[in-house]
Amino acid sequence: MSLFLHAPLVTLIVFSFNDSRFSASWTGFTLEWYRRMLERNDILEGLGRSLLVGAIATVVATTFGTLLALALARHRFRGRRVVESLLYLPLVTPEIIIGISLLSLFVFLGVPLGLGTITVAHVAFCVAFVTVVVGARLRGMGRQLEEAAMMLGADEWAAFWKVTVPQLMPGIVSGALLAFTLSFDDYVITSFVSGSGSSTLPLVVYGMVRRSIEPSINAISTVIVVATSGLLLLADRAGRSAGLRS
Amino acid sequence: MTSARLDPVVEFQSVSKSFDGKRAVDDVSFSIQPGEFFSLLGPSGCGKTTTLRLLAGFEPADPGTGEIRINGRRVNEERPWERGVGMVFQNYALFPHLSVERNVAFGLEQRRVPRAEIPDRVHRALDLVRLDPREFGRRAPSQLSGGQRQRVALARALVLEPRLLLLDEPLGALDLKLRKEMQLELKSLNRALGITFVYVTHDQEEALTMSDRIAVMDRGRIAQLGTPADVYENPRTAFVASFIGESNFFSGRSEALGDRRWRITSAHGVFEVVAEPGVRVAAGAEVGIAVRPEWMDVYPLDQTPPEENAVPGTVQEIIYLGETLHVLVALDAGGTAKVAVRNEGQLIKPIPWTRGARAAVAWLPEDCQVLEPSE
Repeated sequence: MSLFLHAPLVTLIVFSFNDSRFSASWTGFTLEWYRRMLERNDILEGLGRSLLVGAIATVVATTFGTLLALALARHRFRGRRVVESLLYLPLVTPEIIIGISLLSLFVFLGVPLGLGTITVAHVAFCVAFVTVVVGARLRGMGRQLEEAAMMLGADEWAAFWKVTVPQLMPGIVSGALLAFTLSFDDYVITSFVSGSGSSTLPLVVYGMVRRSIEPSINAISTVIVVATSGLLLLADRAGRSAGLRS
Repeated sequence: MTSARLDPVVEFQSVSKSFDGKRAVDDVSFSIQPGEFFSLLGPSGCGKTTTLRLLAGFEPADPGTGEIRINGRRVNEERPWERGVGMVFQNYALFPHLSVERNVAFGLEQRRVPRAEIPDRVHRALDLVRLDPREFGRRAPSQLSGGQRQRVALARALVLEPRLLLLDEPLGALDLKLRKEMQLELKSLNRALGITFVYVTHDQEEALTMSDRIAVMDRGRIAQLGTPADVYENPRTAFVASFIGESNFFSGRSEALGDRRWRITSAHGVFEVVAEPGVRVAAGAEVGIAVRPEWMDVYPLDQTPPEENAVPGTVQEIIYLGETLHVLVALDAGGTAKVAVRNEGQLIKPIPWTRGARAAVAWLPEDCQVLEPSE
């Protein structure tokens, strides 16, 4: 199973170090493709845009997602159930449909496509993930710790910051890392809402592949794979940690 | 100062609390004296926890129903952190992301106690609950046993030197032996510190052990309020008689004999009973009486019991419990009576009957309770 899942990735990583323009057979070790990757402005610019969009989308989506999770868990308001079920919609809707719908929305509103629309789109699909991750942690918490804090002289605000937020932190961090990963990796939705000169890294890579396959693509892909798995690993660990940091 | 001592620490005046139109606490009034160990006792859903949460400020009382006062001050509109009351929760509610020391220091930090004083006060609070600060101070709550966690929770509340401490079934999660030990310790802390304790429990034995007074709650109301001896020895209603300890119940038509004495004509025979002062009995009405198992005796049928009230039956079971024996007697007129007999050594002085033997249960007119009808 693991072989089936990971063989393509291993091949990709191995051939990113292959000393040959034609990646069919192993001819020797080289870092040439990594060097070339770093020389290409389009790649670096794409990486820069991806990081920028990812950072903004993560901060915004994590904030909104956490607030939404709190609202859903702590308040009984009209339409709570509707919001809750709508929340899962972006998680199950095919990306291509999200992409098309966002594009039509932006066109309808007359918003010029570019980094701004990409960021908005990323926030839109990341919020749901953050809410689900943070909400799962909140549900297991109850209100007793906050009540204990209040009996020790903390008002609601102090109880929230000193007790609820630290308890929630693993969920928030894990949600944020997930959001960043999703944003950094996204191709389909981004391809619909990007304008000229706003290509993120996945878009740049796809453009390169369509022109010619050269091993520096393997190198970029390797970097993306390693970074993404690192983040996912961190997200998983944050999600699991019991919350005690000494 | 003498007059100040008499001012109640807590007063409830006709307080009600409804959830979705259902009254969880229904027109409850009581007051608690300084230093008192006051228990709210009852089965789940009786309103005891809601009463405590009203006092803590987590639930607002129904608007316009009544007044809650702490140290003479109306607190209906005050938020929990404004009331200056300590609380210990059933599941400890320690902050898992903070060490034992930081948990205990939390309240001091919130109350802006000067930094320099905090470590010393934390240590003293931990000493008070008999936890060594050097050994436990830096541990995480997850590294403590249940009993140790509850001690930390107690220290965290006591460090603020509250005049009033609320305890919501604090020993519920501990095993029996530890629970007994903690009961005595809580009682001695209450005495030593002079803090008023309001203690919620569903465990009647626990309430009897520790309390100065017990409010027995039933369906949102106080069924009876009194000292442990009051509520055990003079239960006013069938609910109190069956919830605290065990009772044998009889009922019949009443007939006044004067001087609080009544004749009760029941299916089991005719009894004579003495009502406690203040118990309302209507002549000619159906009246219930309760008899504690240990206030009854059991005799072979051929023997005339010295007590006036006797009911015939057949010995159904003899249960050996060590310090007592329980004799279950199936009564001829239906039902079973339980009699608790002091064990005076079965090997030397065995009880003179066996299963299936004919017997009578008997008791004195003074040794039973005339019950008020429960609504």
